[in-house]
Amino acid sequence: MESGGAILGIGGLMIGIIIVAVIIILWVIGAYNGLIRFFNEVKNAWAQIDVQLKRRHDLIPNLVETVKGYAGHEKSTLEEVVKARSQAVTASGVQEQAQAESMLSGALGRLMVLVEQYPDLKANQNFLALQEELASTENKIGFARQFYNDQVMKYNTKIQSIPTNIIAGIFNFSAQAFFELENKAEREVPKVQF
Amino acid sequence: MWEAIRSNQRRSIVLIMLMGVMLVVLGFVIGMTVDPKAGGPFGALAALALWFFLCLIAFAQGDSILLLSSSAHKIEKEDAPQLWNVVEEMTIASGLGKMPSVYIIENDVPNAFATGRKPESATVAVTSGLLKHLNRDELQGVIAHEIGHIKNFDIRFMTLAAVLMGSIILLSDTFLRSLWYGGAGRRRSRSSREGGQEQIIILAVAILFAILAPIMAQMLYLACSRRREYLADASGALFTRYPEGLASALEKISHHTGSMKQVNRALAPLYIINPLQSVSFAGLFSTHPPTELRIKILRSMSGAGLAEYEAAYKKIHGEKKSCLGARTLAAAESVKAREAGVERDKKSESITRLQEVNDLLTRFGEFLFIPCACGVRIKVPSAFKRNSIACPRCGTTHSIPSAGDSANSNTPKTEERKPFRYVRKENGWESFKCSCGKVIQLSPRFSAPSIDCPQCRRTIEIVNQANR
Repeated sequence: MESGGAILGIGGLMIGIIIVAVIIILWVIGAYNGLIRFFNEVKNAWAQIDVQLKRRHDLIPNLVETVKGYAGHEKSTLEEVVKARSQAVTASGVQEQAQAESMLSGALGRLMVLVEQYPDLKANQNFLALQEELASTENKIGFARQFYNDQVMKYNTKIQSIPTNIIAGIFNFSAQAFFELENKAEREVPKVQF
Repeated sequence: MWEAIRSNQRRSIVLIMLMGVMLVVLGFVIGMTVDPKAGGPFGALAALALWFFLCLIAFAQGDSILLLSSSAHKIEKEDAPQLWNVVEEMTIASGLGKMPSVYIIENDVPNAFATGRKPESATVAVTSGLLKHLNRDELQGVIAHEIGHIKNFDIRFMTLAAVLMGSIILLSDTFLRSLWYGGAGRRRSRSSREGGQEQIIILAVAILFAILAPIMAQMLYLACSRRREYLADASGALFTRYPEGLASALEKISHHTGSMKQVNRALAPLYIINPLQSVSFAGLFSTHPPTELRIKILRSMSGAGLAEYEAAYKKIHGEKKSCLGARTLAAAESVKAREAGVERDKKSESITRLQEVNDLLTRFGEFLFIPCACGVRIKVPSAFKRNSIACPRCGTTHSIPSAGDSANSNTPKTEERKPFRYVRKENGWESFKCSCGKVIQLSPRFSAPSIDCPQCRRTIEIVNQANR
């Protein structure tokens, strides 16, 4: 009887250990899948930004051509936009991209200020349509960025908080960078020459 | 956000059950009036069948029925590029998987609604009046509110409930009308034959119920729909990060009195502002919370998150009441931190750009503007000494009025400038009145030491209370 009790005790312990192990394994699987889901959402949000940035890059040559027809002598500003665009097109990585895009935003802003001086251009239907497209694309970039940052915030919080940080450590989930445009280049007031 | 969605789903189920019960009882009573013996159960069964049938239709086609009955037509991007773009922007901001289809209702009264079975196949409909009267920011606010409904699964509930409520109204309307026109005579003859004292009682009960059922169904529905409006407002503010846009849109829409003729009772709760009522009042029967209240809440938000919305709601309603519910808020608490931190006020790029341009233009305040015939405005710095200048575009020479007799509109105002300062209370959205009467709004991100009034050009010193 005694040995039977001992066996039962050992068996009970074994069963207990197995149950705990199964629970831990299930939790690990759940946590890992959760992290993967968050990570994919971040990637998806980034893809959305990318789509909008590309769209802006595609719009700029059109815009420059239209402006050139009316204000061809404003070479420096136009060239600046073209240069900023080509830089943005070739940029890679979140940080570099953000930097290049903010340069481009600045250059476009200056171009739009310049355009104010040309009533003929402002009355041009083609230009008006382009302007709406560009403004909307800027908005979309902004909102895509907002959504991306939301997702990154959720993801980063997840991988930094206990207990998911253990899983994140084991499977090498690293914190993702925010897409920030608020740098000095952006805040600087555009220079205007007379 | 997820808590709110789950609680909405629970409510939807309870509501549909209750409405179904109401429909069955209505069917039973109407059946009884036709035939006191077998009519009751048969009527109930028929009503149940009708309910199932309508539920099926509502799930499969509810959105198209609603769109058809409000005579909306689908548009593509070319038809209204700005509306299309705004919907696209809000789809991105909300992280909705697929852009909803866009419909326009030809009506001068500004209004909008969203419908659809699930977020992936939703529809946003706006009236042509909305496009005419609202500016871009306001349109964005309205669309964000509608996308909020979509994102919170409100549309499924609303579509389903609207169709169910419509069927209850339809059934009782038909019954009452059949009593009115001729049906009563046949029944009277039968009742005299069977000597039914009770028949008359049943008839009275049926009439009473036929009158009450639609009202009760509406009350049930409205209690839930008002809460949804608040939640959609809160999500709208969250998506745009600009509560003022929605607030001023609501203000404009509510000023356009006059009801939409082609909207029937069942559709009213779907709209952003009740289309049937010109004056909003708080009561059991209003589908929407009073608009002034919604505007007030939006205007007193200190940020753009759900938690800020809740705080603003409490400020206006007193501490006790909660609009989003404790469970929603428990989930929103984490959002609040995010709102206060990195994300606090990410306004759209275009607004930032506009502000930059405005800043730039106010810097021109010291300059002299000379309009040239070719359209160029020549800006002459005050330090410019010569008395004539050539237009950089067409070459026309313009004489510059000397500083002494400067009739330039800018200069006298400069002399009038008195020091004016405004002390910020906190770091949220704030607005104050300039001495010229222009309302100036400060964003939470605003950090410059002064701001120029866009109307009178006066420089107003902005003092941060925290820095003092």
